[in-house]
Amino acid sequence: MSVDSNTVKRVARLSRIALSDDEVPHLQSELNAMLAFVEQLNEVDVTGIEPMISVIPMALKKRRDVVTAGGEADKITANAPASEDHFFLVPKVVE
Amino acid sequence: MSGANDLTALTIAEARDGLAAKSFTAHELTSAYLAAIEKARVLNAYVIETPEKALAMAAESDRRLASGNARPLEGIPLGIKDLFCTEGVRSTACSNILGGFIPPYESTVTSQLWRDGAVMLGKLNCDEFAMGSSNETSAFGPVVNPWRRAGSNVGTNAGALEGTALVPGGSSGGSAAAVAARLCAGATATDTGGSIRQPAAFTGTVGIKPTYGRCSRWGIVAFASSLDQAGPIARDVRDAAIMLRSMAGNDERDSTAVDAPVPDYEKALTGEVRGLTIGIPKEYRLDGMAPEIEALWQQGIAWLKDAGARIVDISLPHTKYALPAYYIVAPAEASSNLARYDGVRYGLREQGGDITGMYEKTRASGFGKEVRRRIMIGTYVLSAGYYDAYYVKAQKIRTLIKRDFDLAFAAGVDAVLTPATPSSAFGIGEKGSADPVEMYLNDIFTVTVNMAGLPGIAVPAGLDAKGLPLALQLVGQPFAEETLFRCGHVIERAAGRFTAPAWWTP
Repeated sequence: MSVDSNTVKRVARLSRIALSDDEVPHLQSELNAMLAFVEQLNEVDVTGIEPMISVIPMALKKRRDVVTAGGEADKITANAPASEDHFFLVPKVVE
Repeated sequence: MSGANDLTALTIAEARDGLAAKSFTAHELTSAYLAAIEKARVLNAYVIETPEKALAMAAESDRRLASGNARPLEGIPLGIKDLFCTEGVRSTACSNILGGFIPPYESTVTSQLWRDGAVMLGKLNCDEFAMGSSNETSAFGPVVNPWRRAGSNVGTNAGALEGTALVPGGSSGGSAAAVAARLCAGATATDTGGSIRQPAAFTGTVGIKPTYGRCSRWGIVAFASSLDQAGPIARDVRDAAIMLRSMAGNDERDSTAVDAPVPDYEKALTGEVRGLTIGIPKEYRLDGMAPEIEALWQQGIAWLKDAGARIVDISLPHTKYALPAYYIVAPAEASSNLARYDGVRYGLREQGGDITGMYEKTRASGFGKEVRRRIMIGTYVLSAGYYDAYYVKAQKIRTLIKRDFDLAFAAGVDAVLTPATPSSAFGIGEKGSADPVEMYLNDIFTVTVNMAGLPGIAVPAGLDAKGLPLALQLVGQPFAEETLFRCGHVIERAAGRFTAPAWWTP
């Protein structure tokens, strides 16, 4: 399977990564090189094989349903590029 | 320099003994490393140095040593891969998108090292988000391997590098280079497809990727969550065993961390491998493999056999599919994990009109080329219509890869011996510029271990014709790290240790 330039642009959009038109051909050939590399997996018969869910057979751990953290709004917003009164600021999303 | 009195020449075990015997102080030991780091900046191993913090921690260690309350790693100076979040100390995963990120919390693994008395020297360079096999994708630039080819003119002139500099491997390139160049006594590292073992192999150091779940992943910047594991890079097998004991253990904040006691790994170094069965997988004998690698492998087999281990040929038939399956699973998980870098809660923000424009511009300018490529591959294989054909198929192949190992272990194999890498260290800029797959092939011997969640150790075993270190890899049963330390120790005793000449110091 190989990707065309429109697919490259669509995947960039899904990935939320801005892409200029002149970056497309190079990226297209790199993605196709990777897809060609993984093509060999088609040789393997996986009929009746379960997909791996966890490499270590263990029951998912549970913890008590109690509050263990909180009251840390200062710390949580300390690294934000833009914040005000413990809110993260973003460009307007609702008209 | 590297004279008999140089404290940086000591292993962790030797430094521990020297501190206990009051031959020197933790302050003197830390100061020796801080001086060495200052003289080795041309290697670019550290992305941030924390001398004040180090000296304060060393002072506390000296108080503890004086009052007879020394902890297991008291006063031992360590370097920390920049993938580990350290409270109050910039942590970036060597990416511009996390440029000024200062975590308000400490990763579980590093907090356990400080709990046990270790001293933090600074943060170590790595590939961006640990995606790379040469440390060349770092936003802070490549790390220089302290090793150089015999007869090569690499050196420094007025602090600038001349000649052919080699990569230290990756992604834990700063960790491996710093340990090999004696810029820390040991270092933390992480391994998703070979990122501890391949750089250890390229620098003549010892690196162990423990069983998935042995170390907590909490506070480590995530790359591919079902494959990522933390582990140490150290000067020798004993030091790796000492470090892992402090790094490993259960954690309520990581649901995949395993609740099982952590053994005293040092006790496994008995020099005794009689009664153990070592499997030699025929699928690791690649077409066109360098004769030196084959010879090294045969030498390793002979060493273990001479020490009394039983050697058996085994088959791991799905080995060749591990790397292509990895390049579906790892980018898929990465594309999901890295969705959090959106310019809102932390890190870089680029203005872009509406909110989607802001996301797209932030991510385009914050992520490097390799990371963008992997996010896009991951997004593609997870997108509607392709999920079953790629991701589910790769996870089924992963089941088959693990089954290969399960069958070998059920037949009585205690550990599997393979080469660690297909070659020794290569030059900066030499690989992967035209075809990314060329770089990915570095991990061909290591990646199966992550896919199956098993522990694997790389131990230096010799030098190639260019005078560069080569390593052997041992793969063990789940949670059988002790067997790996035991066998690795026997190989180390037979092979000797390898030290890079300190050409970078004036």
